Amino acid sequence: MNPVGFPIVTVITFFPLAGAILLLFVPRAKEEILKWMALVISLVEFAVSLPLFIFFDEGVAGMQFVERIPWIPEWGVNYVIGIDGISLLLVLLTTFLTVLCILSSWRSVERMIKEYMIVFLILETGMIGVLASLDLILFYVFWEVTLIPMYLIIGVWGGPRRIYAAVKFFLYTMAGSVLMLVAILALYFLNGKATGEYTFDLLKLYQTVLPINTQYLMFAAFGVAFAIKVPMFPFHTWLPDAHVEAPTAGSVILAGVLLKLGTYGFIRFAIPLFPVAAFKAVPIISVLALIGIIYGALVSMMQADLKKLVAFSSVSHLGFVMLGMFAFNVQGVQGSIYQMLNHGVSTGALFLIVGMIYERRHTRMIADFGGLAQVMPLFATFFMVVTLSSIALPGTNGFVGEFLILLGTFRRIVGSRTSI
Amino acid sequence: MLSSVPPIYFLIVSAVIFAIGAVGVLIRRNAIVIFMCIEMMFSAVNLTLITASHHLNSLDGVLMVFFVMTVAAAEAAVGLAIFVLLFRGRGTIKVDEINLLKW
Amino acid sequence: MIELVWLIPLFPAIGFLFNGLIARWFNLDKRIVGWVACSALGLSFLFSILIFFSLVQLAPEARVAVPDRILFDWIVSGDLKTVIGYKVDPLSIIMALVVSGVSFFIHIYSVGYMHDDSGYTRYFAYLNLFVFMMLTLVLANNFLLMFVGWEGVGLCSYLLIGFWFERDTPANAGKKAFVVNRVGDFGFLLAIFLIFVHLGTLEFNGVFAGAHSLDAVTVTIITLLLFVGATGKSAQIPLYVWLPDAMEGPTPVSSLIHAATMVTSGVYMIARCNILYSMAPVSMAVVAIVGAATAIYAASMGLLQFDIKRVLAYSTISQLGYMFLAVGVGAFSAGIFHLMTHAFFKGLLFLGAGSVMHAMSGELDMRKMGGIWKRAPITFWTFFVATLAIAGIPGFSGFFSKDEILWQAFDSTHGHVLLWLVGAAAAGMTAFYMFRLLFVTFFGRCRASEEVKKHIHESPPIMTIPLIILATLSLIGGYVGIPHVLGGRNFFHEFLHPVFGGHPEGAGHAAFSLVKPAFASGGAGMGGGDSKELLLMGVSVAIAVIGISIALYLYIWKTEIPKRLGERFKTLYTVVFNKYYVDELYEASFVNSTKRLGTFLWHRFDDGVIDRGVNLVADVMLWLGGVLRRIQTGRVQGYATGIILGAVIIILFLIR
Repeated sequence: MNPVGFPIVTVITFFPLAGAILLLFVPRAKEEILKWMALVISLVEFAVSLPLFIFFDEGVAGMQFVERIPWIPEWGVNYVIGIDGISLLLVLLTTFLTVLCILSSWRSVERMIKEYMIVFLILETGMIGVLASLDLILFYVFWEVTLIPMYLIIGVWGGPRRIYAAVKFFLYTMAGSVLMLVAILALYFLNGKATGEYTFDLLKLYQTVLPINTQYLMFAAFGVAFAIKVPMFPFHTWLPDAHVEAPTAGSVILAGVLLKLGTYGFIRFAIPLFPVAAFKAVPIISVLALIGIIYGALVSMMQADLKKLVAFSSVSHLGFVMLGMFAFNVQGVQGSIYQMLNHGVSTGALFLIVGMIYERRHTRMIADFGGLAQVMPLFATFFMVVTLSSIALPGTNGFVGEFLILLGTFRRIVGSRTSI
Repeated sequence: MLSSVPPIYFLIVSAVIFAIGAVGVLIRRNAIVIFMCIEMMFSAVNLTLITASHHLNSLDGVLMVFFVMTVAAAEAAVGLAIFVLLFRGRGTIKVDEINLLKW
Repeated sequence: MIELVWLIPLFPAIGFLFNGLIARWFNLDKRIVGWVACSALGLSFLFSILIFFSLVQLAPEARVAVPDRILFDWIVSGDLKTVIGYKVDPLSIIMALVVSGVSFFIHIYSVGYMHDDSGYTRYFAYLNLFVFMMLTLVLANNFLLMFVGWEGVGLCSYLLIGFWFERDTPANAGKKAFVVNRVGDFGFLLAIFLIFVHLGTLEFNGVFAGAHSLDAVTVTIITLLLFVGATGKSAQIPLYVWLPDAMEGPTPVSSLIHAATMVTSGVYMIARCNILYSMAPVSMAVVAIVGAATAIYAASMGLLQFDIKRVLAYSTISQLGYMFLAVGVGAFSAGIFHLMTHAFFKGLLFLGAGSVMHAMSGELDMRKMGGIWKRAPITFWTFFVATLAIAGIPGFSGFFSKDEILWQAFDSTHGHVLLWLVGAAAAGMTAFYMFRLLFVTFFGRCRASEEVKKHIHESPPIMTIPLIILATLSLIGGYVGIPHVLGGRNFFHEFLHPVFGGHPEGAGHAAFSLVKPAFASGGAGMGGGDSKELLLMGVSVAIAVIGISIALYLYIWKTEIPKRLGERFKTLYTVVFNKYYVDELYEASFVNSTKRLGTFLWHRFDDGVIDRGVNLVADVMLWLGGVLRRIQTGRVQGYATGIILGAVIIILFLIR
């Protein structure tokens, strides 16, 4: 199952870390070298991730490019990673966005460039690790790995209220993660007791059958952790603060990839591990998603700070993703996954755009601008195109995603005369 | 001659001395007095050990007493050295005035 | 030839890409931009004509059975499969002809009109993009692609209304247009979902073939939702408010988008879905009523406006009401016929208004005009022809189309005499305000300033030739649809009959006949129908003549009366002049309440509840820490006490 010949996923996962370690040896003063090295590393990373796409076999269901190395055999913990269609697209999105983030930090990050680049690369390792891991403990480790670099990015290179925002982000996410750890361990023990095999391997744990009440609790635990990350209403309040205070590249990677880790968690872990509970949770999650959509939109409408506006619009968009995912039909789920990609691209672009004008005027208040199109016509055109994608104008990528999501949700509710 | 006194009396005496020593450790403010109380506690333990050893006709208790006395002596030396330094730094030897670890 | 239908929208798309990207980037000469844009449209028009002739050569039944030209799959997910495909049948080819033809002439006119504008290249790029979207809309073979075109024309409308974005008013008008359109699109989208859920396909062929399996309630809901979309796009009550503001855009834009093409999308859509509508008489009644109500409502507002383009805007809303009235009573081909003639004369009227503006150095207020008919003759005569057409004077195209609508409103099984009455009243008002416009603008004493008077001139040929062409069409365009009663052969109706004739009559049971059996459908085609038609025709002509005469009286003969009337009926005048304060009403109710809700949710809920809760948790932790730290007294003896107590307790525990 590995047509490429070398353990490509491991390479993709750890290459940024290796690059970060390499950067450690460069003296702090040589800023240009640091920047170029980081850029080259991320470009190489992106190039190495492309064969994943090229050699991916669309006809095969199940994981591809799987690698398995025993890690702590006594406890059933193994280093198992693999890629399937969903994670493939998100991995490509990650490597692609990281290149753009490093490019956009070129001039906007003025101090401690070395630390910044190192932290960013470690973050990339964490993100790809989350997307690729098929062992629960491994997943948890990578999940936590994404936490600290993001905290640092917001807290060190952010705006005036960065400490508050970073701590808030950290505590929110940590609270959810801890709950998830409890559930992981519970799953481990329950599965061990039932089958006699104590393991954290995801593919094996998919087969576990748990009593319904236990499933509810476990799904709730996983669900809360991911819901905080997505972010779903009402766990979303860390997002506006984190986005507003983070530097531009931090916002881009936060919105572009980190939020998707939450939705990815649902689709890879919470739903398949606890299917009955997930199905029963559809009304709650759908209602919360709907509230997120409308609430996010209403609040976003009244924002005076452009970045906060985009942040709340993210809440709204990801409400769509959750809504589609929990429609549990082909259109809904496909739309949801596609919309994850779309959101990564279009909201990433929006944050870059906001960063551009902030760079020039050091204000993000809409009232401080006006008539930009006359002075920056090219910028205005791109802004318009990205906005159209974000609002799902038919003909743009956002439309396909939203249409499929809405169609899936509609079918779930109204029912269908024709089969799925 | 020794066997005419039941061991229980020795143990009671030793317990009482131990208790007095313990209370003294907790109540007295002067560090040197606390130290003396700790020595008292050591003595009480020694008494218990000897009593038990005689009653059980074994030499183990007596050997332990040797160890205890050695350690007590070493500890006294080190402890008193610390107190001297403490006095030089803080100007007082009263234990409740040395509370830098207070919140 | 027919398989080349996909070229028709492709040419303007290429034009858009070329003008938008290459020409702007390299700052190419204006002439190149103009040539590219116009030839793109010219080619589109040419191909439309060629395909039309290929279609005509087929037998009538074969014309609706032409297989769709599918380019490639678009969205494939589970059992949803949508394609990029085009449909050629009489309805779509007529729409394509109207759109590409009228667009072509307006493009040529724009070359002259926009000549001095700095955004010349951008203008033509957007205009080509618009035609591309519109052609996609009318040629699409499935609902989803039609929706792409639907929203796409909305986008272009936004871009072109707000063309002079440096000013606040056009920018806001564009925004208003887009948002109001989107409200309507919500209905359209819901209808698409319902259609897919019940019929499993979004392609027109599949949907209309399987439509009979739908039950009455579902069909009614679907058609009503589709109509909601139509009210947004075609500016009917209650979503018409964007159209008058849209006049901020350049005049050729108003002509093309807001008269001839985009606003007619709703009519086209209902005509395309005629099978669905025929199964839902309630929806048809709603369409007809809203159409008639809009017709007279908008006409009433047009009576008093002073801005030429505003009058024409309200006139457009009113005429669209007629088209909806037509399709609402089941006269689909009449609606499309009026769509076509309206494109001619309304397009011409707007272009004429542009020409007048050109002559009057940018003035649009008709109070500051007058007496220019001699100095701008071509403008005047073409305008006059168009006005006669819209007033419904026999011989001109508007007469045939409007008359057929009124007749069908009276006679059809879905019709009702009240509808006819409203329509006729609106027709009278139309004649009145159009001739008011004509007289005040072109006749009488010239009320312009001296500076402006000096510069009054006829427009250059590049602008007047399209005027002449459109005027000719306004004159002769109606002769393809001469009703039988006048001895002619209604080619138009015949051509479209295969598209509209096939609806199941069974479910169709006029809603009105349940309500007012005595006055319902004045004849339903029984004997004596012919004479009734002639009678009604005569009545509507008479009404038009009366309207014209009143206008003549008030604005040529006794010009001081209008002002006196205005003062006598001051409140009524103010209300109507201020468009019944609908804009203010919407602003106060919908816009402001949404804004307040958003602010409320933001400050009171997001910050007030959730964040307060989170910070509360943090504060509780801090408080707890504050309490617990008191154990750290720093006194060693205290710690020792604790240790000893603990040890004693454990020993006691162990002994027990």
